[in-house]
Amino acid sequence: MLRHSRWQRLNLSAERRAELALGAVSVAVLAFVVAMLVTVFVKAWPSFAHNGYIKWFFPGGDVDQQIKAIVNSPPDPAHYVYHLRAWPLLWDTALTTGIAVVLGLVLSVLSAIFIVEFAPQSMKRILEPVVRLLAAVPSVIFGLIGILLVVPWINQHLISQGRKLSVSYVVQLNGAGLLVASLILMVMIVPIMVAITVNALSAVPNSWTEGSAALGVNRWRTMWRVSVRTARPAIIAGAVLATARALGEAIMLALVGGSRSFPVNLLDGRTALFEPVRPLAATIITYKDNLSVVPLSQTLYAMAAVVLVSTAALSLAAWSVKQPLKRYGIRT
Amino acid sequence: MIHTPMGPAAPSPRPLPSPTASPSRPARQSTGHGQDSISSWPLMDRVGYLLCWAAGLLLCALAAGIVLVMFVKGISYLRPGLLLEHPSASQSQSGSGGFLDPIEGTLLLTAIGIALAAPIGVAVAVWLSEYRRPAALAQAVESGIEMIAGAPSVVLAFFGLLIFARPSLAFLSQTSAGGAVYGRSFFAAGAMMSLLALPLVVSATREGLAQIPAHMREASYALGKTRATTIRRVLLPSIRPSIASGTTLGMGRIIGDTAIVVILLGASLHLEGAGGTPGLSTLRGTGSTLTSYVFENSPAGEGNAPEKAYAAAFVLLMMVLALNMVVTRLSSGKPRWLAGLTGPMLWRWMPWRD
Repeated sequence: MLRHSRWQRLNLSAERRAELALGAVSVAVLAFVVAMLVTVFVKAWPSFAHNGYIKWFFPGGDVDQQIKAIVNSPPDPAHYVYHLRAWPLLWDTALTTGIAVVLGLVLSVLSAIFIVEFAPQSMKRILEPVVRLLAAVPSVIFGLIGILLVVPWINQHLISQGRKLSVSYVVQLNGAGLLVASLILMVMIVPIMVAITVNALSAVPNSWTEGSAALGVNRWRTMWRVSVRTARPAIIAGAVLATARALGEAIMLALVGGSRSFPVNLLDGRTALFEPVRPLAATIITYKDNLSVVPLSQTLYAMAAVVLVSTAALSLAAWSVKQPLKRYGIRT
Repeated sequence: MIHTPMGPAAPSPRPLPSPTASPSRPARQSTGHGQDSISSWPLMDRVGYLLCWAAGLLLCALAAGIVLVMFVKGISYLRPGLLLEHPSASQSQSGSGGFLDPIEGTLLLTAIGIALAAPIGVAVAVWLSEYRRPAALAQAVESGIEMIAGAPSVVLAFFGLLIFARPSLAFLSQTSAGGAVYGRSFFAAGAMMSLLALPLVVSATREGLAQIPAHMREASYALGKTRATTIRRVLLPSIRPSIASGTTLGMGRIIGDTAIVVILLGASLHLEGAGGTPGLSTLRGTGSTLTSYVFENSPAGEGNAPEKAYAAAFVLLMMVLALNMVVTRLSSGKPRWLAGLTGPMLWRWMPWRD
């Protein structure tokens, strides 16, 4: 009986080997993602566990002081301090992201309609590089312009002394805060929404819009009632992608959010716009130098896990947005 | 010519242009043909029209503003010497040297990241587009790539810290006297940076492969070529521009990222080597890039030298703009507006296409 080598017994042709090699690379990438999810959670677990799981997300006390206590916890693992109530960070994250996405949605849909329908050829040619540029500017440059130009300007021109005094017993207003953070965040996420919306609007079949125009409907209403409505799943998907990006933005927010964690108090009315914010991702960056302290690193990993889960949940949400389309027999 | 009255039953005098007739044009024809004048529209519609103009002009103004500010500030603070001097720790802005090391760091990190991302990305894309067996696994890989694309770079950096601080990977970074693995090095940062570029390379390659007409594959099979040979000799060479544009976009992402650098590269002032071997020591050592230099020299960082930060940010922006131009050149004539910008699996969101 002939003795075959292992590879010959498997009887793999070059063709099959190529497929297996490519498949192996793909599976390795997948395994990497799964490993990322698992290890980040394993590392983060003590922080959740010591705070009574759900209580980790509750309000209670000043986050900065709690983190300071964690940093200064004794070196003995049995006496590590873990106490954290992360609600101010979560609230600031939700607030900045929410404002940025809502404003960005309006701006991006309007400018996408402009690009697809109303812009003269010359404007159209300018706008593509413009959007590409806005998408390509690194977040640290946005942050730098924010902290060196926008923040001082707001401090001088928009915040009156009276307004500063009115909240001086809880927080110092210096211009860095919710308003700057969410406006710059909006500029950062608008390009992706514009790009998706423009592609979606221009993919609407011509016969649909021409049918509308043939009925005497003007161009604005045709865009608004036919094209935008058809493109709605794509617009929502763009908003969801943009939300995920906004949740993960750390550097710019660490620069222009103000230097302390403070739950923005909406009851302060317009003053709330100038109160400092520090979302989750920015907090991680702020305390990056103390990573060697074990309980702090576990706390920061817990924050990273929350960010990671939110972005993953958003992908899932985006996936479910398109499900209704299947009912109409539209292939996805 | 007889004017056909408009109505649903009126036969169209000439065939309507089909939406798929000219796939190379991004924008479809406007529906109005300039016949209805805007002044005759209802008030709300006119308001909407004006808002559209305002939104478009606002985008232009923002881009122009950013570029203008960076040009003015950058040119007024940038001296040629800054590009060639090593940085040094100093209290005063005049004594803190230039940013040669951050520039080197940026280039090195980009090279490492792309060297990893390009081959892996092309391999994954080819497998996803040409083989995808078993289908369930392909779906899972697809969503995995989507997750990487959505994962914030802070989280990627933290995960990288977990990986590279393992004792078994100590040879990729430095080990302290106590035996603890530092986990911060060019290797570590570059590997994580490649994840930023990976989804962009994958989506660009897949898009390129999807545009190759079936008869090209069939012609190759008819000549007796296997599928592997077809991919290597026919498909990949013909989508080289797509791969190049994906790679360039990925480079832009890597150059612009700060979080991975400040967490995973150590953000030390100089390129500090570790170990004896010349080239390898740099890769094992820590360093900084232009982004981390800007971050550390901003008022929020430790250096607080705004003039240096402006100058470095200007250089950074120039690099990004140059890459942008390359992408524009490569993707001109593409059917999609801003091809490549819009994320990996975008076409799924437009189910009414084809």
